Amino acid sequence: MGTNNKTELDNVVVRFSGDSGDGMQLTGTLFSNLSAILGNEISTFPDYPSEIRAPQGTLGGVSGFQVHLGSSKIYTPGDDPDVLVVMNPAALKVNADAIKKGGVIIFDSDTFNKSGYDKAGFTTENPFEELGISDTIQLIPAALSTLTQSSLEGFGFENKIVLRSKNMFALGLICWLFNRPIDQAIHFLGNKFGKKPNILHANVKVLTDGFNYGNNLHLAISTYFIEKSHETQKGRYTSISGNKATAWGLIAAAKKAGLNLFLGSYPITPATDIMHELVLRKDLGVKVMQAEDEIAGISASIGASFAGYLAATSTSGPGLALKSEAIGLAVMAELPLVVVDVMRGGPSTGLPTKTEQTDLLQALYGRNGESPVVVIAASTPDDCFRQAFMAGKIALEFMTPVILLSDAFIGNGTSLWKLPSLAELPEIKLNMVTPDMAEGFNVASRNEVSKVRYWSIPGMEGFGHRNGGLEKDYETGGISTEALNHQLMVDTREQKVNNVSQILPELKVEGNEDAGLLVIGWGGTHGHLMSAVNSINKKGKKIALAHFNYINPLPRNAVEVIQRYKKVVVCELNSGQFANLLRSKVSGVEFLQYNKVQGQPFTVAELEECFNNLLD
Amino acid sequence: METTETITKQYTSKDFKSDQYVRWCPGCGDYAILSTLQKVMAEIGIPPHQTAIISGIGCSSRLSYYMSSYGFHTIHGRGAAVATGVKVANPSLSVWQITGDGDCLAIGGNHFIHSVRRNVDINVLLFNNQIYGLTKGQYSPTSRKGFISKSSPFGTVERPFRPAELTMGARGTFFARLLDVDLKNGQTAMLAAARHKGTSIVECLVNCVIFNDGAHSWLAEREFRTDRLIMLEHGKRMIFGKDQNKGLVLDGFNLKVVTIGENGIKESDILIHDASCEDTTLHMKLALMEGPDMPIAVGVIRDVEEDTYDAAMEAQMIEVQSKSKIKTFDDLIATCEQWDM
Repeated sequence: MGTNNKTELDNVVVRFSGDSGDGMQLTGTLFSNLSAILGNEISTFPDYPSEIRAPQGTLGGVSGFQVHLGSSKIYTPGDDPDVLVVMNPAALKVNADAIKKGGVIIFDSDTFNKSGYDKAGFTTENPFEELGISDTIQLIPAALSTLTQSSLEGFGFENKIVLRSKNMFALGLICWLFNRPIDQAIHFLGNKFGKKPNILHANVKVLTDGFNYGNNLHLAISTYFIEKSHETQKGRYTSISGNKATAWGLIAAAKKAGLNLFLGSYPITPATDIMHELVLRKDLGVKVMQAEDEIAGISASIGASFAGYLAATSTSGPGLALKSEAIGLAVMAELPLVVVDVMRGGPSTGLPTKTEQTDLLQALYGRNGESPVVVIAASTPDDCFRQAFMAGKIALEFMTPVILLSDAFIGNGTSLWKLPSLAELPEIKLNMVTPDMAEGFNVASRNEVSKVRYWSIPGMEGFGHRNGGLEKDYETGGISTEALNHQLMVDTREQKVNNVSQILPELKVEGNEDAGLLVIGWGGTHGHLMSAVNSINKKGKKIALAHFNYINPLPRNAVEVIQRYKKVVVCELNSGQFANLLRSKVSGVEFLQYNKVQGQPFTVAELEECFNNLLD
Repeated sequence: METTETITKQYTSKDFKSDQYVRWCPGCGDYAILSTLQKVMAEIGIPPHQTAIISGIGCSSRLSYYMSSYGFHTIHGRGAAVATGVKVANPSLSVWQITGDGDCLAIGGNHFIHSVRRNVDINVLLFNNQIYGLTKGQYSPTSRKGFISKSSPFGTVERPFRPAELTMGARGTFFARLLDVDLKNGQTAMLAAARHKGTSIVECLVNCVIFNDGAHSWLAEREFRTDRLIMLEHGKRMIFGKDQNKGLVLDGFNLKVVTIGENGIKESDILIHDASCEDTTLHMKLALMEGPDMPIAVGVIRDVEEDTYDAAMEAQMIEVQSKSKIKTFDDLIATCEQWDM
């Protein structure tokens, strides 16, 4: 047994990094899930290269997976890693800037050779020195390749297959380093490889050997321990990615409304996983059409909505641009529709795998004519479920398109998710016609108070109607170009969308309400903003956070909340789109800005620095 | 359509007329198509409320307003995609797409070929007048090369699409053609389209009296029509002409017009039309015949059976549902790797 000291940590960030084919995502997922079972808070984020399989060992092929564990509430996958696992020199080089001072690097010493150095562009035989980090980090070399080979001696696998289990050796080592019993990992592997007993057996063997190897290392290195979190609300949890949560939120909304779900979609990074999740759910009656293009995706969804489905389309920024005319049709036809935009770096093709919040104004205004839609934004991976459900609820209850903004960061990242049941989700009330309404019904018939158009669908006798993109007469539903009627219809559609605020929750202030500085954010930056705000409050300064999920319309109390503060800073991963929107809606407030458009999320450190400067 | 009640009710074309005033130019070929469609719908007997008419943008696409059924006048070019969504969502509806040569083959070209490829069970009336009418006279993707229009004052330098070629190139299962003034044959073709399971393309040769008058006049002139037009019928010989003595035979790989009774040609030498043949070779040759040497084919040129997209999607869903343990949303939640905290 090792005789090492155990250091107790409040939270730790571990990054696994290797070639795209090294299985880093599986390793990271298993490690975070088993930590959650032991009671830790978790948050993860994958970092894929844009190449599918770049040449082995090169910088372009490096793929990473970061895990943040905590014994108290954590909100982000963490800034820089405390522990870095690298499978080759290229992975070291890519991550060298990120590793914290005093951090630990576990590396596969078998790949740290001349050939590996050459592929990664190192010019000397000592990459750690070359990177200038040899004095500030602790190294744990492990010959992962040869150790895995000897672990699987006698299994009769080809060498190529054997080396695929290297990641399990690394996982075993990490479990040792964090004092994690490996039984739970073995259980997970059983679920994953249950149908391939040979592969399962091999992975379990390598995992166990990796763990024991750590135990016998006798390195002068401290292992870590992270206490159970007591801040987590009691309940049954899983870990879920934002895209999966979005897909499931849409299913839940359809089920709650008693409708079937249709998704028309075209593959686009980083949104495609929503389609992948939904196409699996034929068992729940979900119909998915992989369309010939973005426009066909939304158009088919509009058709399904016309025919009585909860219909959705999923995309990213370039796809949203292509869909804009069709969104206008859904506005004009007053049909329910959910458009999910998992934002990525732009403009144009931009940075497809990276995160940004640069589609906000496109979502709000990117159409011809006065074309109001509801715009909402999810703030964390698990919040994607809530907001997708809300998007469905609003679309159906108000007969309007709803644009749900997610982003690459929360879409691909995972967080803990307290499992819901359908019964506990809010009710969804359809605005469907009833048989007694047939007399005098037309396509523009609406509830005079809410301004919501009544929904009748093909197949219902007595409600045949002609919908379309041409302006309708308010009274008769017929085509109209009459001047005052158009004004009335524009106002009606606007008012209907504004009425949505009546069912939205009020804006909350988190952190210290009685603060001199209000931080404003929206969407996927909540974790970083909350972490920075909490950290500053802990140090005795007073700072508050107002984070928006609802952009159009704004929560009823938004203006009043903002006007309470002397100093306000709006933080977004764009050049100031929400800040400009607020300037047009909230008078008497000077909106300061903190913006970043680098394809990367905020770091908690940079936010703290910014807020501290504003507080001084 | 499955219920006995709806099968027994007799409809007339009036049941399919809406209260809207029809606003096409006097003399427009679209009137004839509208009235033929209303007759065909009455004959197939699917009630108006189980019928959805989806259109794009253009003169032809106004048709959805003139029907009493459910209608949706969508956006330029996207009718095929919207119609696909409607049919997939509710396969029991009778879904029609109304489109023109610009809407369908220019801006909507991608959706056209993909709806044909998927073989979604919709009926497409493609109004081909070889011109953009609603925007007042620009050449279209089917305008003949050299055509002079407002956007081609010196004549087009583009080669036109031939809708039959596109349909068959996209693996279409049904292609028919009709001529606006030829009401009787038009009704036969449209009825066959309604009965075909899959994407039925009906190219409707219509005359635009304002911007492209006489585009089909070589064919349409009453005096010569029977000599210049051949009505193809499955299982019947390809015979045409005022005296019903002309026919089509194969000459090598090509079709040739012959006269029965001349040069030893007997009626039994004339080809018999097989619309259900999977191979497109002869269908393509028939569809592409042009004057003055050859007659222009109307009627059902191709009508083959294949799985439809909407039915296949439904069938796959039922199969998955019969095997999956997940029946409710809560069952789905139960499949998560989960733990208490």
